[in-house]
Amino acid sequence: MSDWAAHFIGDWHALLVLLLAGFLPNEVWRMIGLWLGAGVDEGSELLVWVRAVATAILAGVIAQILVLPPGALSSVPDWLRYAAVAGGCVVFMVTRHSIFAGVASGEILMLAGKWWLG
Amino acid sequence: MRSVTSTVLTLVLFTTYAGIGALAHDTHFSLGWVLASTLCVWAGPAQIILISTLGSGATALQAAIAVTVSAIRLFPMVVSVLPMMRTPQTKRRQLILATHFVAVTLWVECFRLLPQVPPERRIAYVHGLGSGLLLVCLTATTTGYGLAANLPELFAAAILLLTPLAFLFSTARNCRHLADILALLLGLALYPLVAMFHTGVDILISGASAGTIAYAVHWWREQE
Repeated sequence: MSDWAAHFIGDWHALLVLLLAGFLPNEVWRMIGLWLGAGVDEGSELLVWVRAVATAILAGVIAQILVLPPGALSSVPDWLRYAAVAGGCVVFMVTRHSIFAGVASGEILMLAGKWWLG
Repeated sequence: MRSVTSTVLTLVLFTTYAGIGALAHDTHFSLGWVLASTLCVWAGPAQIILISTLGSGATALQAAIAVTVSAIRLFPMVVSVLPMMRTPQTKRRQLILATHFVAVTLWVECFRLLPQVPPERRIAYVHGLGSGLLLVCLTATTTGYGLAANLPELFAAAILLLTPLAFLFSTARNCRHLADILALLLGLALYPLVAMFHTGVDILISGASAGTIAYAVHWWREQE
């Protein structure tokens, strides 16, 4: 039993790193938001700006995955990744903002393209 | 149709976390470690950055800086979503757990779902939603860790492509103002330009400038 637990947890040093480099950096920003966000009105101009920045940062993460793809996604040619996303966008618009239709058609385009390339 | 969209987002979340579990396995982290990271970090991009930097031999300090930078985006998310949960009687400590649950999926879902929930029940609703999503992600992390051995390349590429597609469309669907739509489009367009300078904080620079330009356009239109 203790063997299993030791295997499951691994070494304690790694958990300490997780706490300091993983948990704290994220939790600090959340708690600052909780602290400073108090009393900010839902419709205020500040929030319009803050939400625009949050949306743009997420857009940056999306663009990063597409432009500098991690791991296996880099085996898909650049043009095919962009074409799959562009095709997904068209379907998303045509289907009046169906997330499912957009994601599914983007995936199908990418898989079909890879299959066609062999 | 609403249930389908939640299913898709849950499915995307599941595959994202299965990917994180697989990545952790391949970089020799223990299952307990990666489950603890899902539980307490609770932000997919931050976990991917943490695992890949530590796995590639970066120091804890270097990993911490990269994660801190990526986590700044949680701040505006918290600031914009908390007013939906807060009533005049709400104490700050009642929001701590809900604040911890804030990450991109919950943030998107709150804008979609909370308007239909009575204000005084929203904190409880978010606690339920957050725990549900967390349970899905812990299961997914375990599944991915178990499957890790060898995903065929095509399958792995398809899983990785799910993340940008789903985040793109779910964000687009939740754009309520001109500023949001512009921020999304400008954010996508500016990142590749900023990335050419290899600053290490590319996403922050492109995000802050695209968001601010989008807000400026919104402000200018209001003045007319």
